[in-house]
Amino acid sequence: MSMIDVRKLSLDLGEGVRRRQILNDISLSVEAGDSFGLVGESGSGKSTVLRCIAGLYRHWTGEISIDGQTFASADRMGWCRKVQMVFQDPYGSLHPKHKIDTILSEPLRIHGFKDIDRRVSQILTQVGLGPRFRYRFPHQLSGGQRQRVAIARALILEPKILLLDEPTSALDVSIQAEILNLFSDLREQLDLTYLLVSHDLAVIDHMCSNLAVMRSGSVVESLSREQMVHGGATERYTNTLLRASEKYDRELVDELAAAS
Amino acid sequence: MTDPILSVRNLNVTYLSSRATLNAVRNVSFDIGREKVAIVGESGSGKSTVGRAVVRLLTPSAKITADRMDFEGKNLLSLSERKMQDVRGRRISMILQDPKYSLNPVVTVGEQVTEAYRVHNKVPHKEAKERALAQLASVQIRDPAHVYDLYPHEVSGGMGQRIMIAMMLIPEPSLIIADEPTSALDVTVKLQVLAILDDLVRDRGIGLMFISHDLNLVQSFCDRVLIMYAGQVVEELRGDELGDAKHDYTKGLLASLPRIGDRRGRLSVLDRKDSWSMPVEKRP
Ligand SMILES: Nc1ncnc2c1ncn2[C@@H]1O[C@H](COP(=O)(O)OP(=O)(O)OP(=O)(O)O)[C@@H](O)[C@H]1O
Ligand SMILES: Nc1ncnc2c1ncn2[C@@H]1O[C@H](COP(=O)(O)OP(=O)(O)OP(=O)(O)O)[C@@H](O)[C@H]1O
Ligand SMILES: [Mg+2]
Ligand SMILES: [Mg+2]
Repeated sequence: MSMIDVRKLSLDLGEGVRRRQILNDISLSVEAGDSFGLVGESGSGKSTVLRCIAGLYRHWTGEISIDGQTFASADRMGWCRKVQMVFQDPYGSLHPKHKIDTILSEPLRIHGFKDIDRRVSQILTQVGLGPRFRYRFPHQLSGGQRQRVAIARALILEPKILLLDEPTSALDVSIQAEILNLFSDLREQLDLTYLLVSHDLAVIDHMCSNLAVMRSGSVVESLSREQMVHGGATERYTNTLLRASEKYDRELVDELAAAS
Repeated sequence: MTDPILSVRNLNVTYLSSRATLNAVRNVSFDIGREKVAIVGESGSGKSTVGRAVVRLLTPSAKITADRMDFEGKNLLSLSERKMQDVRGRRISMILQDPKYSLNPVVTVGEQVTEAYRVHNKVPHKEAKERALAQLASVQIRDPAHVYDLYPHEVSGGMGQRIMIAMMLIPEPSLIIADEPTSALDVTVKLQVLAILDDLVRDRGIGLMFISHDLNLVQSFCDRVLIMYAGQVVEELRGDELGDAKHDYTKGLLASLPRIGDRRGRLSVLDRKDSWSMPVEKRP
């Protein structure tokens, strides 16, 4: 059974003349325990898809269900515990005036957990920060350290699904490796299902078994990891993404300029 | 390397707080000519602190010292704050790591670009707006007229970054400090933005300090690479020689990269050595 099922998801955003369609008939489904990749153009709507699944937008049309339950029929607290999101931008998502301790214990308190102290110190260790970061403020951390706090906060409620929006783009490669390994371990230990947005196709390749490629609010191609790696992508845009991932390629830039 | 635009010797930055002092940058020395110089290294190694120290944009609790920090013949450390503002406004542009953080949340992004244009060019609002729209188009924003009227929270991560880049290109600086300028961009837009920076270096002869953790990219994009660990530069290489790195830390970083088509059960992680943090030699 699929853990995440999205059918014909469409969404408009903005007011009056600025209103426009952001998502156009998005469908995807992710098996329990799997990782699914979402890649594509900046501004194509990847984060918006995650926000819809997380319940942050509600005026979309189509259908979203997780764990066999549709969004319409689910209770909000339960949905929120099952689905957690790690945002692209760790500044926006961490309260600047709260210590890390508060940031991590607040969700536990809201959801009525008892052993808050133990859980907070355990999660800090799990994301590789350690207890000495517990009483710091976000601005006292480097960009990468801050993103780990965001990951810790997402994990603290032991969700079933993690929606990961560029979770490692602010991290250096060695910490990225640690975090990706951590994601792999946690997926196994806790039976997690991931929906992972990344611009780094190597990260998608490493983590995911299937992926969808988005452009201008639509899915242009859905394919398996094997297809992506072994020349099985059929859409031109997917192949351009693959080529652009290799290196700084001035020829490709000139081709792109000529094409537009 | 050509004549340096920026020459830094033994830069040290210490963050002071009531409880601790942190030597975030230790005896860092480098020159930047009309070229692309990368600073790579793990999170917290001090890359952003180096970039911000050059333009003296650090929190008041930070103490900066250097034997030399010369930019276009001026010692940046001895300039008055007023003169420094002038340098920041006209000669050195900085693209920050977190774009949305540095945009004003209650003004549309387009108006902010227009205003930035008017600070440097005494022209009527209408003309400045046209230039702003052109500037947005030049960083590959597809529908500039639409994006112009959006507020910072309404633009995607990649767009926010390109808006910052559009603003930074306005004063025609001679040195650009780009702190992770492309980590929020999709790969095709990333290459297009890099090409803009590449052209500035080639055609206008600017210097580029490119702070990044994208080793793959740095290898093919930058002329030289400084590798930082625990506040120090532990190795310096030509971009195309990154694959032949000698330092175990650099090698470890390269080994930890996932690569398309080369799937491993686990990615290798760094086995940190105390010796990597030992003080490096000061440069004269
Ligand atoms: N409140 C809003 N009003 C109007 N447009 C909006 C609003 N919020 C988002 N958008 C637009 O929706 C589109 C999709 O944004 P989204 O953040 O989902 O893109 P993305 O694929 O995650 O991009 P990136 O890779 O750059 O993060 C963008 O064009 C953005 O400008
Ligand atoms: N305002 C501050 N006060 C105290 N310590 C700070 C401050 N800003 C940064 N630091 C510390 O200084 C060190 C260097 O931080 P810096 O932001 O320069 O790292 P970085 O290499 O840019 O990391 P990242 O790749 O995560 O952006 C880190 O240990 C960080 O925690
Ligand atoms: Mg996004
Ligand atoms: Mg930084």
